[in-house]
Amino acid sequence: MPQGLVHEHIEKDVSRLVEDRGSNQAVDDGPHDPQGPGHAVSQHRHVGERLMVPLILTHYTVVSALGKGLTETYRALRNRRSGLRPCDFEDVEVSTYIGRVNDVEDVLVGGGSAPMELERFDCRNNRLALLGLQQDGFIQGAIEARKRYGAHRVAVILGSSTSGILETEHAYSRRNPATGALPSSYLTSHRYTHNMFSSAHFVRTYLGLRGPAMVISTACSSSAKAFATAARFIEAGFCDAAVVGGVDSLCLSILYGFASLELMSSGPCRPCDENRNGLTLGESAGFALLEKSDHAGNPGAVALLGYGESCDGYHMSHPHPEGTGAIKAMQAALLRSALTPGDIDYIHLHGTATRSNDSIEDTAVHSVFGFSTPCSSTKGWTGHTLGAAGVTGAVIAAMCLTRGFVPGTLNTTRIDPNLSSQVLLENREQPVRRVLSNSFGFGGNNCSLIFGTV
Amino acid sequence: MILYVNGIGTLGPGLAGWAGSRAVLAGESPSCEAAPTEPSASMLPPNERRRSSESVRWALHVAQEAMQQGEADVREVATVFASSDGDTGVLDRLCTALAEPQRTISPTLFHHSVHNAASGYWGIATGSQQSSTALACYDSSFCAALLEAAAYAQIEEKSVLLVAYDLPPPPPLYAARPLRGGFAAALLLTRTPAPRNLAQIDLALSTDRSQDATNMDDAGLEALRSGNQAARALPLLAAIARQRGTLVRLEYLEDQQLLIQVTPC
Repeated sequence: MPQGLVHEHIEKDVSRLVEDRGSNQAVDDGPHDPQGPGHAVSQHRHVGERLMVPLILTHYTVVSALGKGLTETYRALRNRRSGLRPCDFEDVEVSTYIGRVNDVEDVLVGGGSAPMELERFDCRNNRLALLGLQQDGFIQGAIEARKRYGAHRVAVILGSSTSGILETEHAYSRRNPATGALPSSYLTSHRYTHNMFSSAHFVRTYLGLRGPAMVISTACSSSAKAFATAARFIEAGFCDAAVVGGVDSLCLSILYGFASLELMSSGPCRPCDENRNGLTLGESAGFALLEKSDHAGNPGAVALLGYGESCDGYHMSHPHPEGTGAIKAMQAALLRSALTPGDIDYIHLHGTATRSNDSIEDTAVHSVFGFSTPCSSTKGWTGHTLGAAGVTGAVIAAMCLTRGFVPGTLNTTRIDPNLSSQVLLENREQPVRRVLSNSFGFGGNNCSLIFGTV
Repeated sequence: MILYVNGIGTLGPGLAGWAGSRAVLAGESPSCEAAPTEPSASMLPPNERRRSSESVRWALHVAQEAMQQGEADVREVATVFASSDGDTGVLDRLCTALAEPQRTISPTLFHHSVHNAASGYWGIATGSQQSSTALACYDSSFCAALLEAAAYAQIEEKSVLLVAYDLPPPPPLYAARPLRGGFAAALLLTRTPAPRNLAQIDLALSTDRSQDATNMDDAGLEALRSGNQAARALPLLAAIARQRGTLVRLEYLEDQQLLIQVTPC
């Protein structure tokens, strides 16, 4: 589809959404004039107020190959220190790099007032989740929210693509040779380790929360969509606050699966590089506590301002060639936050470093934002952490806002001249007020989030 | 929170299709333990259908039936897919291959292993670019999906197609997760009444668990309900089938109940 037609589609879409909302007030387009072709929203906006109440991230943290918690993550980003290393995960013989988190193996899942209740959750994925919870005072923050709202009023909405599948992979190599039966220890732990709900089950048990819970599993958009669902649940009154985020850990099926698709680079990934040749897999856990601003948040606090979800409706693993699904997600996030493209100071790209993903995301970003908005991918630092990529991007976005910093793109030496967005190679120190973060997944599942300070 | 049910699709033992299921669930015809008919999922292009996994065909079969009853534009409907365990047949093949020395897995098998495979195939079959969420909440997956679908319909002001499905795992995994059935159900939900509606439902979460959750009177249907998370939809479907005002209480996690006041339309 030629670019003009793409715009026509979006403009119709946005106009219709705005009409549906039944608002006819004019909007302040903000201090920036959108440049380039990215003006679809501003031309058609008639909404005078945000379509969602900003939700404050009162606590947030992340653990990835860059380190544990905000300070280590920020230092690695600032110092351009990658967390990627040659693959040393178990006995995997795939020629690639990985973003493995140190010390996951040593985490003890248990303790507290109900050690037995927690020990059954023990697996790499939940160890990584616990390592995440333990950073930056997150546990204390969640406990305070529990006291403030009541355990039943705090939801746990997480994202994961493979949960604790490593347990099942290991169990299959220990099948009874005569009967094919799986080890009995696996049979009783399956629910608490590999079942897709396991990570949210573990986190709500650990934090003593009793509100609505689920794991969203839409591949690489999972933990971004957790923010959208939590925002709806708070607005619908199903809960007052939510622990959102996600966790995905290294496992055999992902390493050998992406190898089978020939989408993995043999070296550290090089997002947006003219010679990029595939992604690098990583693992991470990230969490945020979302609360309404009338209950929390000081001036300068980081808030979720908008979200946009869409599908490509095209292919299981190849994005729509014109990026129409991605465009739709970004436009919906702008509409939701009553912001224009010119209001966004930085775009945290999904940026996996496969040839087609980066190229199509670039097409989509350029068609919404033009060349004026700086963007970059941090996958060269963390690797692609799949279902946890959304929350990892969200926490990096929050750090950009609070520390006046924009990361460049690591491992990349020359930006692909065919890309038309403003891809940053080097880090920048600059005030950042609003960040859009993209997460696009298998099955053509897209989610864009907008964060800002309030 | 008030919603309208515009269409329903079902597939399970003795429950192939809403027309027949409605009569069974209303007590007008006896329940039977008949083996379920194979899903046709004819909305999938032949090539995709051939490639698709069994759970995808179950999910899309009931999705298609619910959409045929409603009058919504298939490309304008957001979707919520709920499965506790995804496609355990695919998982079995994947883990079997990874336990072999060469660990060779096919790209197709890897594609099918994602929890949102049904969601992805829905997109391919319909070309829809609306939001699609795939989620899991163990035995409360259907309830979690109902909350997600209701919140989406209410706040995003769009029709939502909810699809819940789970199949019995193959032998080695069945011992870890003995799901009965299989069963799949789809509900097309709208925020405002359509020209024709099967029921109005009013949802609320409750921490009051002094009253038991609603079970099925029929022993066979109760075994299905308690043995497969997707079949936890049966008390709601039965209330809609009976066309009488009914308060349905669904167990939600171990802490809450989802109260659903069903009113005939």
